[in-house]
Amino acid sequence: MIESLINDDRAELVQAAKRAAPVVLSTRIRLARNLVGAPFPERADVLQRRDVLTRCTDQLSALPQMSKGTFLDIADLTALEKQVLVERHLISRELCDGEEGTGVYINKGQTCSVMINEEDHLRIQFLKTGFNLKSVWKQIDAFDSELEKTIDVAFSPDFGYLTACPTNLGTGLRASVMMHLPGLVISGQMERVIRAVGQLGITVRGLFGEGSDASGHIFQISNQQTLGESEAEILERLANVLKTIIDHELNARCKYLEENRAKMLDQIGRASGVLKNTHVISSDEALNLLSFIRLAVDFGMLPESSRADVDRLVIECQPGHVQYAAHEGIEPDARDIARANKLREEFATLPALAFDKLEESE
Amino acid sequence: MAENLKCSICDKEATVHLTQIVNNKIHKVDLCESCAQKKGVTDPEGFSLADMLSKAPLAPTPGEAQEVCPNCGQGTADFRRTGRLGCSECFEVFQSLVLPVLEDMHAGTTHKGKVPTVALSRQSSKMQLKDLQDALSQAVVEEAYEDAAKYRDQIKAIKAAEELEVSPK
Repeated sequence: MIESLINDDRAELVQAAKRAAPVVLSTRIRLARNLVGAPFPERADVLQRRDVLTRCTDQLSALPQMSKGTFLDIADLTALEKQVLVERHLISRELCDGEEGTGVYINKGQTCSVMINEEDHLRIQFLKTGFNLKSVWKQIDAFDSELEKTIDVAFSPDFGYLTACPTNLGTGLRASVMMHLPGLVISGQMERVIRAVGQLGITVRGLFGEGSDASGHIFQISNQQTLGESEAEILERLANVLKTIIDHELNARCKYLEENRAKMLDQIGRASGVLKNTHVISSDEALNLLSFIRLAVDFGMLPESSRADVDRLVIECQPGHVQYAAHEGIEPDARDIARANKLREEFATLPALAFDKLEESE
Repeated sequence: MAENLKCSICDKEATVHLTQIVNNKIHKVDLCESCAQKKGVTDPEGFSLADMLSKAPLAPTPGEAQEVCPNCGQGTADFRRTGRLGCSECFEVFQSLVLPVLEDMHAGTTHKGKVPTVALSRQSSKMQLKDLQDALSQAVVEEAYEDAAKYRDQIKAIKAAEELEVSPK
């Protein structure tokens, strides 16, 4: 069902040619939208959900942004296929449990996905690699305006866009930026950062929402509030917080390197050594080692092009992707072997770490 | 939903109802007073939506008027239990219940962002059209033909304007 999606080597988050930025992996924005009058998905019966699904897919397929896009009915997907889509951030876990009449529309480059009958009738998402709040907003805003020409969206002047949960009222906008923060984690500052930004209405979660001890030192940072501020204000406030976090992260890296130079270089060297020679590896360990390789690129010890490879492997080392690539149901043990084989193969061609480059940069 | 909800932990009657968002997913918990204390849902250290919501008056107020949304059938008790609305019309019916929740949840209680102007003008012209058509039928019944002609012209004008919008530039 999703084979062409998975094998598309130009998919935004896993393409090899893309240049990737230090610290920020990707930017996502989603908008929650509902149709006037129709009961929200949780309240709707099967017929009502099916009706909304048909109306939405009809309009979506007419949009130029969705030409050559793919529509997937959740009922037609296997559990593994759903997991792969979650790992690619194209659908949510909640959509996986969706009852009859739920689906997702994904565009050709996998930069846009529209979930239908998740918590709201429509959850529009745009994503892009790197720190790109402004350009992603521009794209999703245009898409939303286009959709509004044919779909009667539920809106009130006071509450803004009407959503099933009051937490999404107003703009219905949630911007989420994926950040690689090894410096803050290793220096033990992450808890403090999470608490500090929390007071500003900003939430920090792990790569797949598992909290503050995220594997791979990867965190999703997003706005919590959607009402009372314009989209521009929300995004600017988030951007300012993110810039501060980036500064803190870079400072933490420098300071750690100054004080624990040998330890840092050792961790990077060991990561490279293990990835080149591993025969059995869990997804958590793989993510943590990949984190040190990404750090090595940021330090100038590896070519810039390796960064995009690391970002791709972060996704391809997830359990669903490993299992999907194996073309058969494999046990977790075999999965760890398959993952190791893949990593060994990928890292066989990794250039030697330029430890001397680090000396120069100081 | 007439029966009282039981505590998710100990089966006593639940008086604390929490909605927490984790990974964009809503988690709902119903707890009795003592389990809520034990679980530390009011822990000031843990920043979470559950915290903010626990301050909001989600727990049912005794003797509260029970409204029902005429469009989707959601009742006051449903909103108190789930913290969610059933359809776009619910916001009119439950406005007075939603507003206090928003104060603790968001930066403000009034929308300041994007307005779907195209969709709104289409919706309002649809309503206008319906009103005019009703008036027209009424005028015909009452044999007020001058009024009828006026309504017919107005209907024509609105439809012509719509055609213009839909047709490609």
